[in-house]
Amino acid sequence: MGVTVKIPTQLRSVTGGEAEAVIDGATTVGEVLDRLYERYEGLRDRISDDGALRRFVNVYVGGEDIRFLDGLETPVQDGDEVTILPAVAGGR
Amino acid sequence: MAVEALRCKECGERYPLDARYVCERCFGPLEVEYDLSAIDASALRARIESGPASIWRYADLLPFATPPASPLPVGLTPLVRADRLAERLGLGEVWVKNDAANPTHSFKDRVVAVAIAKARELGYSVVACASTGNLAQAVAAHAAAAGLDAYVFIPADLEREKVLATGVYGAKIVAVEGTYDDVNRLCTELSAEREWAFVNVNVRPYYAEGSKTLGYEIAEQLGFELPDRVVCPIASGSMFTKIARAFDELVELGLVARPERGGPIFCGAQAAGCAPVAEAFANGWDVCRPVKPNTIAKSLAIGNPADGPYALELARRSGGTIEAVSDREIVEGIELLAETTGIFPETAGGVTVAVLRKLAEQGKIAPDERVVVLNTGEGLKTLDAIADAVEVIRIEPRLEAFDRAFGLAGAAAS
Repeated sequence: MGVTVKIPTQLRSVTGGEAEAVIDGATTVGEVLDRLYERYEGLRDRISDDGALRRFVNVYVGGEDIRFLDGLETPVQDGDEVTILPAVAGGR
Repeated sequence: MAVEALRCKECGERYPLDARYVCERCFGPLEVEYDLSAIDASALRARIESGPASIWRYADLLPFATPPASPLPVGLTPLVRADRLAERLGLGEVWVKNDAANPTHSFKDRVVAVAIAKARELGYSVVACASTGNLAQAVAAHAAAAGLDAYVFIPADLEREKVLATGVYGAKIVAVEGTYDDVNRLCTELSAEREWAFVNVNVRPYYAEGSKTLGYEIAEQLGFELPDRVVCPIASGSMFTKIARAFDELVELGLVARPERGGPIFCGAQAAGCAPVAEAFANGWDVCRPVKPNTIAKSLAIGNPADGPYALELARRSGGTIEAVSDREIVEGIELLAETTGIFPETAGGVTVAVLRKLAEQGKIAPDERVVVLNTGEGLKTLDAIADAVEVIRIEPRLEAFDRAFGLAGAAAS
């Protein structure tokens, strides 16, 4: 069943409007993103810079920020949900 | 009116002035861009000084083509000279900007007034926010005054007083099982699915502009002069950077001069139990590592601060710092401000005063500096913080009992 990636509205112009993508066979968040970059042209430059995520991009696995886990090395398995969101929100 | 466009702070891409907050090219935050070149400074000053006793006296420098109708007046809060606080700390001149004196008793009334005015202009009938208290109350109150529906998303374990002080305005309160950062993430996702104005998400660029009015007011209340140093609490880092932006605009307009010694110096204040920006400052990082908050200063407990990188840049560029203080120091800061000025701050104000004290004790503030310290909220909002610090002496209703308790027997006769 693979890993489900939730795509934010700001990136849907490069995913042809898709709000979700399912990635099979990836074992880490970094691999999930690499597969996404292969699938959607132009996505890589939007959220990454020199192989690292841009500083205003947040990625979550099962709702947990990957910076609390192992970053791009965070393991994923079938059934996991990966969410990409802009970091720019908040102010309570 | 000088408002031009939304502009990405990272890559400079421009967007129209609608409900959006993030650059589609690089995910950077968007900020309102103005063209100040056509503004006549002396005419602007006259408009400010004859304007309403609220933030709308600065309407020329806010993101509206025409000044909006805003039914609940906000701002122009007192700037109080705090000589007894200065004396206690061995400083020359200290002022407290007391933003507890707003309709819902915190600085959030400023940002929400601007966000809701913009939401109405853009045609929204529902406003929403993620909040742990101050923002929730401000959104609920200003939505009520404007006749809009409000949805307020809070962490499920929020204190009863804060829930009640929000619900009284008729807002729909949604208790989310998780932390503030979880609530915020949910709202970011929801903002893509609902045609609502989330004040701190999709209309955030406008919301953030409201904090500039703190800077304008401080300058005007000092007689159109800038302070040498500002000590300001940091949660997301937005207010900290917007006060600096306000000062920069006033300098660009020629309405104020830079202080002779340069600056103003910007010092940020965080609670040690949630100090991602102070940690990054101390380590020389240009981004923040998110943390899981654990502090009594709940209004500052953002573990993943959106404007952290810009707050770091400002502190470094201005020769300032970002310091963290313990919960114990925060309570002492609350008491210090209350005992020396008569202003009772919420925990965030305690954080700020505690950092002022720390800087003073470290000798980092010159004796002739003019320092402005911000109190962003009312102490009654966080009464629990001082519950153990207040002593009550209980006596029987007899003179001897009083004399026994206070050791004053015979003092009145002598």
